[in-house]
Amino acid sequence: MTALLPNDTASAHISRRAVLQGAGALIVSFTISPAASSQDKGRAKAAGTAVKLAGSLTNTPYLDAWIRIDADGSVTAFTGKAELGQGIKTALLQITAEELEVPLDHLTLITADTALTANEGYTAGSHSMQDSGTALRNAAAQAREILIGVAASRMNVPAAQLKAASGVVIAPSGARLSYGELVSPTLLHVQAQPVSKLKDPASFRVMNRSQPRIDIPGKVTGGSVYVQDMRLPGMLHARVVRPPSYGAQLAAVDSAAVERMPGVMSIVRDGNFLAVVAEREYQAIKAMRSLAAGSKWQEQSTLPKQAELAATLSGLPSQEFRIFEKPESSPPDAAATALEATYTRPYVAHASIGPSCAVAQLRDETLTVWTHTQGVYPDRQAIAEMLSLPPDRVHCIHVQGSGCYGHNGADDAAGDAALIASKMPGRPIRVQWMREQEFAWEPFGPAMVAKARASLDSSGRIADWEYGVWSNTHSMRPGPAGALLAGQHMALALPPPAPKPLPQPEGGGDRNAIPLYALPHAKVVHHFIPSMPLRVSALRSLGGYMNVFSIESFMDELALAAETDPVAFRLKHLDDPRAREVVTVAADRFGWSGRQKGGSGRGCGFGFARYKNLAAYCAIAMQLAVEHETGRIRVERIAAAVDTGQAVNPDGIRNQIEGGILQSMSWTLYEAVSFDDTRILCVDWSTYPILRFGSVPNSLDVHIVERPGQPFLGCGEASQGPASAALANAVADATGKRLRDLPLTAARLKAAIGV
Amino acid sequence: MMELKVNGRVHSVDAAPDTPLLYVLRDDLQLNAAKYGCGLGQCGACTVIVDGEAVFSCVIPILLLQGKEITTVEGLGSIDQPGPMQRAFIEEQAAQCGYCIPGMMMRAQALLQKNPLVSDEEIRRTLEQNLCRCGTHMRILRAVRRAVQLMQVATPART
Ligand code: FES
Ligand code: FES
Repeated sequence: MTALLPNDTASAHISRRAVLQGAGALIVSFTISPAASSQDKGRAKAAGTAVKLAGSLTNTPYLDAWIRIDADGSVTAFTGKAELGQGIKTALLQITAEELEVPLDHLTLITADTALTANEGYTAGSHSMQDSGTALRNAAAQAREILIGVAASRMNVPAAQLKAASGVVIAPSGARLSYGELVSPTLLHVQAQPVSKLKDPASFRVMNRSQPRIDIPGKVTGGSVYVQDMRLPGMLHARVVRPPSYGAQLAAVDSAAVERMPGVMSIVRDGNFLAVVAEREYQAIKAMRSLAAGSKWQEQSTLPKQAELAATLSGLPSQEFRIFEKPESSPPDAAATALEATYTRPYVAHASIGPSCAVAQLRDETLTVWTHTQGVYPDRQAIAEMLSLPPDRVHCIHVQGSGCYGHNGADDAAGDAALIASKMPGRPIRVQWMREQEFAWEPFGPAMVAKARASLDSSGRIADWEYGVWSNTHSMRPGPAGALLAGQHMALALPPPAPKPLPQPEGGGDRNAIPLYALPHAKVVHHFIPSMPLRVSALRSLGGYMNVFSIESFMDELALAAETDPVAFRLKHLDDPRAREVVTVAADRFGWSGRQKGGSGRGCGFGFARYKNLAAYCAIAMQLAVEHETGRIRVERIAAAVDTGQAVNPDGIRNQIEGGILQSMSWTLYEAVSFDDTRILCVDWSTYPILRFGSVPNSLDVHIVERPGQPFLGCGEASQGPASAALANAVADATGKRLRDLPLTAARLKAAIGV
Repeated sequence: MMELKVNGRVHSVDAAPDTPLLYVLRDDLQLNAAKYGCGLGQCGACTVIVDGEAVFSCVIPILLLQGKEITTVEGLGSIDQPGPMQRAFIEEQAAQCGYCIPGMMMRAQALLQKNPLVSDEEIRRTLEQNLCRCGTHMRILRAVRRAVQLMQVATPART
C-alpha cells in the first residue's frame, strides 16, 4: 500500500467481496442489526432472542463477524471499535490470541469500517473492552471449541483429550491438525452460544501481561498512521471558511480574486457553507484566508455573559429528573451539622493537538470517507442523510487521528470532506481544519453547576444528602445529519437534533451524580437544560468529571466538619469491598497515614469514584505545593489505584490512567472556553492554555488491583473525576481555602488566600 | 525550484518560496512525522531540526532554508532499525495517540545532541514548548531519559 494509505489500516481496504473470495476463508456475509450506540442508548437488547449473549455478540451474534480463519492458517479479528490512541487494538488482539490459542503476531485486526465490521456504535464511554473485548473473547473461545470439535471427528479422538495451542489442535498421540487444515468456508458462520468455555485466568499467556502496543513503532518512526497522512492519487486539498460565530449568515462573498490564485481548483458554496479546493495544501490555506477576507457575514449576539455563566445556566428552563431517592425513615438528628456548597465548571474544549481531518472520494456512485470519527456507522447515517444518498452508497472507514477525547471536530470534518467531494466527483478531497476552527467550532464539554447539601449526625456520619446538577446534554453526536456542521451550514440548513438527556444508569450530565457511598437518606436530581447557548457534546467522562469533583470535594468538606481523616471518612461510608480496596491501596501506596501535615503551602488530597458507578474503580492521592506569591500550584506526587476487572494489558491500563490524571490536572487547573456575546474568543494555545511540562508531577504511580476472571471494566475515563477532586482537596489542605469553581487558576487561588 | 537538504539528501522542490517547511515535508517529500498542530509556532507538533536547532517547521518558509541541514524523525531511524530516540519511546511505550510525539522526539534530540548529559530539569524546561493533550508527559520524560542512556551506549564517550 506504500505511502498512499496508513500502514495499519491497509488491510481495511480489502473489500468484503475480496474477503469472501479469499482462498478457503470461512467468512461469509453477516447480518448486522440496527445501530446500537455504546454510550448514548445503552446496550440494546438482542432482537428477537431470549438469551443474552456476551458483549457486542448481542447485536452481532455470528462468530464470523468477529473471527476469520484462512486456509493458510492466518487469523483476522474484526472489531467495530476504533483505535483512538487508547491502545484498544493491542488489547483486543491479546484477548483473541489468548482464547483462540494463536500466537499474537499471527493475528491481524480490522477496526471500524462500515463494509467490514460489526456496528458497535461509538467508541466511547469506556465501553470497548466491555462490548468488543467481551464479544471477541467469547467468539474466540467458541471458535476454538468448534475447531477442536472438527479435529475430534477427523482424528476420531474425544474432544476432551485434544488441546489447542499456537493455531494447532494436538492429540495425546502427538497427531496435529492446524486451524488452516480444519477450517471450512462456513464453519464459523454460526450464532454464538450464551455460554463459552473461557480459559482459566491462571493459564493466561497473553492476557494480563503487559504487551507493547502494536501502533507505537509506526507512530515514532514517521509511518503513515493518521488520516492526516493519507495521500491518495489525484488528491486535492480543501479548506473550509467557517462563519465567524454561531448562526452567522453569509451575506456576500467576493471570490473572483481567489479563483485566480495559484492552484485553486474550485470554490464551493452551499448556503453558509464555504470552502476552497486547491491542488496543494498551502495553496488551499492561502486561498482560504483570502476567501475569508472577502466574505461578509451577518452575526448575531446570542451568547450569555461569561462572568455570569453559572447563574445564567441554573436560571435557564430545565427538566427535572429525580434519579435517586432513599427516604428511609428515621427522625432527623437534632445534633446534625448541615453543610451546603455550590460547584461550577466552565465549558471545556477537547482541544486535540491535531485539528480534525478527513478524506472523501465520490467514485462509481459510492462515497468513501476516511475519518477519525468515533462512530463509523452513525457518521455514515449522517452523511447519507445530508447528501440524500442511500446509506449503502456511503462507506466510512476509520483511520486514526490525533486523540479526540470525545466528540470533537472529527465527524464535522468528515461531513465537510463528504459535502465537498460530492460536488467534485472522482477526486479524493482532503480537508483539515485550522487550529482556530477546531477551537471555535468543536462542540465543547458543557458548563455545569452542582449544588450539594448534607448533614452529619452526632457520630460524624452523613445523615442525609441532597444533590442537584444542572447541565445540557452530553451528546449531540451524529446519526442525524443536522448534527454535522456542514449539514447545518448548507443551504438545506438541516436543524440540529433535539437534545436529549442520556438515561441512567450511565447518565450524561448526571453521570456519577449518585454517590457510591452508603447514605441513609439521599436525593439526587438532574436538572436537564435543553437550550444550548454554546455548541456542546461529549467530552471524555461526560458529567462524571464534574460530579465526582463536586461530590468528592464535598466529602472532604464534610470530613473536615466531622473532624475525621478524609480517607477514614470515605471508608466509613463505603460498603462495596472493591471500592474499599482501591481506596485503601491508593492511601497505602501514597503513604497517606504518614503524610506531611497540611498547611503552610503544602497539602495532600484524596479522590475516589467508580466510573458511571459500573465501570472501573479508581482512587487517587496527590501531594502539591502552592507558591504563595503567584498562586501557582505545583503537583509533586500522585499515587493511584485502579480496579478494571480482569486486566488485559496492564501497561496499557497504566498509560490510560496516567493520561487521564494529567488531562484532568489540565482541565482542573487551567481550562475554560472564553467567549463574548457573539464569538468564541479562545482560538489558539495562548488563549486556551493547557498543562505543560513545567507543571507535570515528579512522580505518578498507578497500582492495578488484580481481579482475575472478573468482567472487563473500561478504564479510559476512570481517573479524571478522582484526580480533579484530589487536586482541589490538596489545595484546601495546603491553604485552608476551598475552591469550588473550576478551573482552580492561580488568579482565583491568589484571591482566596488574599495575596 | 528550491533545493532542500532533508535527512542527508538533497531534494528539488517545486513549491512557492513562502511555503512553510511543514507542508513541503508532508506534501512534497511525503514525510509523515512532522505534524500540523497549530501553524502558529505554539504547540511543537511540527518540530524538526535545522542545523542542530529545534525549529517549528510550520512557521519557517523554505526560502530561509537553502543550504541548511534539515532532520526529521524519519532521519533518526526506521521502523526496522529505530534510532536510540525512537527505541527509547518504544521501550517506554511513550505514546497514546502519538500525534505530538515526533515533535517531542525532535526537540529532545536537538537537546541531547548539544548536551548528552542533560538534567531532568533541562529536559522539562526544553519540552515546555511542546504540548501533549493525551497526558503522556510522564512517559515522554522517561523516554527522553532513556534516550540519554541509549545514546551514550550508541556513541561511546567522545573526549
Ligand atoms: S504546528 Fe507548528 S508549532 Fe504547532
Ligand atoms: S500522545 Fe496524544 S497528544 Fe501527545
